[in-house]
Amino acid sequence: MFRLITRRLAISAVLLFVISLLTFILQSLAPGDVAETILGSGSGSVGRSYSEEQYQQLRQELGLDQPLLVQYWNWLTSAVLGDLGTSPVSGLDVTAAISSRLPVTLSLVALGTLATAIVGVGLGVVSAVRGGRLGRVVDVLSLLGSALPNFWLALLFMALFAVTLGLLPATGFVSFTDSPQGWAESLVLPVTTLVVAGAATFAKQTRDSMLTALTHDSVRMLRANGASEASIVWRHALRNAAIPVVTLVGLVFIGLFSGAVFIENVFALPGIGRLAVQAANQHDLPVVQGVVVALTLVVIVTNLLVDLTYGWLNPKVRTP
Amino acid sequence: MTTTTSTTRQATDPANPETSRAADGTGGGGASPRSGRRTWRAALGRPLAVVSLVYLVLLVVAAIAAPAVAPFDPADLDLDSVLAGPSAEHLLGTDALGRDVLSRLIYGGRVSLLNAAIAALTFLVVGVVGGLAAGFYRGWVDRAITGVVDIMIAIPGLIILLVVLAVFGGNMTVAMVALGVLAAPGFARVMRAVTLAVRAEPYIAAAQVSGLPNRRIIVHHVIPRVTGPILVQFSLFCGAALLVDAGLAYLGFGAQPPTPTWGGMIVEASTVMQQQPWLLVPAGATLGLATLAFALLGDAVRDATEERTGRTAFRSRRAPAVANREPVSVPAGDEPTPTALLRLRHVSIALPVNGALTTVVDDVNLDVEAGETVGLVGESGCGKSITASAVLGLLPAGAQITGGQIWFDGTDLTSAQPRTIQKLRGSRIAMIAQDPIASLDPVFSVGQQVSELVRRHHGGSRAAARTHTLELLANVSLRDPDRVASSYPHELSGGMAQRVALAMALAGDPDLLIADEPTTALDVTVQAEILELLQRLQRERGMAVLLITHDWGVVGSACHRANVMYAGQVVETCDVASMFRSPSHPYTVGLLQSTPHQATPLEHLRAVPGAVPAPGAWPAGCHFAPRCALAAADCGAAPIGLAEAAPKHLTRCLHHDQIARLEAP
Repeated sequence: MFRLITRRLAISAVLLFVISLLTFILQSLAPGDVAETILGSGSGSVGRSYSEEQYQQLRQELGLDQPLLVQYWNWLTSAVLGDLGTSPVSGLDVTAAISSRLPVTLSLVALGTLATAIVGVGLGVVSAVRGGRLGRVVDVLSLLGSALPNFWLALLFMALFAVTLGLLPATGFVSFTDSPQGWAESLVLPVTTLVVAGAATFAKQTRDSMLTALTHDSVRMLRANGASEASIVWRHALRNAAIPVVTLVGLVFIGLFSGAVFIENVFALPGIGRLAVQAANQHDLPVVQGVVVALTLVVIVTNLLVDLTYGWLNPKVRTP
Repeated sequence: MTTTTSTTRQATDPANPETSRAADGTGGGGASPRSGRRTWRAALGRPLAVVSLVYLVLLVVAAIAAPAVAPFDPADLDLDSVLAGPSAEHLLGTDALGRDVLSRLIYGGRVSLLNAAIAALTFLVVGVVGGLAAGFYRGWVDRAITGVVDIMIAIPGLIILLVVLAVFGGNMTVAMVALGVLAAPGFARVMRAVTLAVRAEPYIAAAQVSGLPNRRIIVHHVIPRVTGPILVQFSLFCGAALLVDAGLAYLGFGAQPPTPTWGGMIVEASTVMQQQPWLLVPAGATLGLATLAFALLGDAVRDATEERTGRTAFRSRRAPAVANREPVSVPAGDEPTPTALLRLRHVSIALPVNGALTTVVDDVNLDVEAGETVGLVGESGCGKSITASAVLGLLPAGAQITGGQIWFDGTDLTSAQPRTIQKLRGSRIAMIAQDPIASLDPVFSVGQQVSELVRRHHGGSRAAARTHTLELLANVSLRDPDRVASSYPHELSGGMAQRVALAMALAGDPDLLIADEPTTALDVTVQAEILELLQRLQRERGMAVLLITHDWGVVGSACHRANVMYAGQVVETCDVASMFRSPSHPYTVGLLQSTPHQATPLEHLRAVPGAVPAPGAWPAGCHFAPRCALAAADCGAAPIGLAEAAPKHLTRCLHHDQIARLEAP
């Protein structure tokens, strides 16, 4: 177990390095640079409002005149210390911008994952035991859930529950510390969208691993020796089916960060996805780079947690 | 990758074959995928797949022929009729600027479909080339590609797309190529697995030996075999790419207004949601249906591939319909003896084999008195275990008791409610099985598993159950009950695991223990220990044991009486001493002669000639007749009944009086 974790951490470090380097190189391919962005013209040929000297001076200040690898090294050394630079567009500190928005996205994604997992496991287990019609309904819902664009679903929900019925706020976010009720209300529709889009697929996977677990010899023996059906299904089979399901929880959690990019834009939630889209639209590369690093970290931490959960679930991994 | 769901799909399908039926089902595990053309033909045998394909073709044709097909110019403003609902003139209504929605949809398809095509083509080329190279060349090529794939799969794809869009100023072509590249690793992983499976087949080696260049082998022999998985992944990804394209358009990237795109139309609709919610429908539904069509097409191809490899998509829990056999009537004089604990009379059991219900147990009589150990002997496949399952009410899905009665302590289990049988399990009838380690749940400790059953049968507090559990573990001669209780099944030896399984079976103090080949999977020395333990427990508890085995040694040392089964029937029943001394059925004689226990030095072991007929292929008369040296014309005429060779010694043989002829060397 310990070796597994250290191996994972080593791979994670490589991953972070590769991804940040990759985005850094990508940035260097861009027409124009941060200095141009700051000085006012995006891609900049027409109507330059600044002189070549101003431009060169700024490049020097920002270190852009140095070789790419030196620039990367400079960025890396401060990034390790938690300084992801400054946005040339807004002038704000990137680390601060990300950390102020991360809680919004985390609320959305964590609640979304939790709700998806609860609905998905429930439906999956019941359809594994009952099979038949419920199983087919899950199949169809899962197909629809993955075929319909989630921002479109979000808009439909908004049109129905917020605009037509006026039950919930259409857009905006209330922080938990300001008003827990407002926080909950502002997240109902976004989370519901995520659940509707993903729960059936989750249920389908859960059903498949439950069906496998229920054919295990030990299930037969427990049944033969009088264990209760409820215990067999919810305790033994589910626990044995849990390993693929936990993998799925991790994948859903990571996947929802992509989903959140759209949902945050539909519901005007000030999260990290919205930040990334704005930054990308404004050619604000340091912010985009910062978001990439932050999300890669999230992916790494999630995978680590999934690995630790394996250890908890599977005694064979736990004990050497 | 764009939406939650497609990310999930992306991530769980191609990227993670372990958790995905898609990747698995496409033949990664050595299944041989069928060739592309046949796969297509099989897939198109499904109505849904045809409808999907027609819809997609229509979309593409309409997009290409947009100027000819679209009723209006997509940029034509008509400010007199803005936000109109569907009408004869504007089939799908008009938008906020009075533009015809249908025309904009058709033109929008040009942008959206082209973008998806760019992404899909990239995905196809990168994924196929990478996967084929890794799977075919193996070695360092494989290691390098697998390494890259492992890293790429962990990258948050959508965010990298945003980076690309930020860097390239919203250039959708570049973004779509990037999308294809980002999604390809999962595909490559699937391709690699499939290619490895194909490559392992002898004809590839033959082609290599005969000097065919690798490129030719790949093009002519590998690719045709892996077309199925390619089509599945490609189709699924086309749908995902459409969603990403629309999503990015929704976020404001790509073609800018007034150029129509599907995602852009959804944005425009969302701004006038309060006045005309209808506008959300056309673009969203067109897009959703297109993605759905790609998914259905992919599923159809996958199912077509799987069908040939013999996998079924979903296990049916319903038994096929059968003509109910007339229950065999109990002949007179066959009344239950008052003392019998378990009494099977004329029990027949049928199982679905290739869709048809086939009788596997035929007219079985079996008695177990309280406190006695009864052996049920026979070769594998003769119906011993299925008979035991029937007693416990645990026949596999689809199996049926087609005749006879199973009396347990005066109750006929064949007509009892499932609840009644469930209450008997563990508390009156318990079971241990052949593979002791697989019989235990791998994720719970021994203590947890035993005490669950203890509490189930006796109730009481956790502490009391714990004490009782430790007693049980000591009772099955486990030396260190505390340590065993905290162990997990994988930490136990086979013998220890069988003792634990026994402790679990004893948790409810059963009157009857069914031991299904309890020693078969164990080492010889351990076998003897377990047998001794079984005998001790049987004596101490006064428990009856039905011992299923194919080992005469086990029968001889542990059983009071024995039943020999052959091809679904009990052919001989008597006490063990008579069975060994004067067997009265030719099959029993053959079995005993073929056992090492009976052999004297320098004498050859004799085998029964021929093979056991499969269920469904049983002869009409005596099942053993085709292999029997005593067989005569009357043996094949009609079903053979049980005859009394001696008092309490029954045999299903017409010619048991001539059995001595077989004993002679």
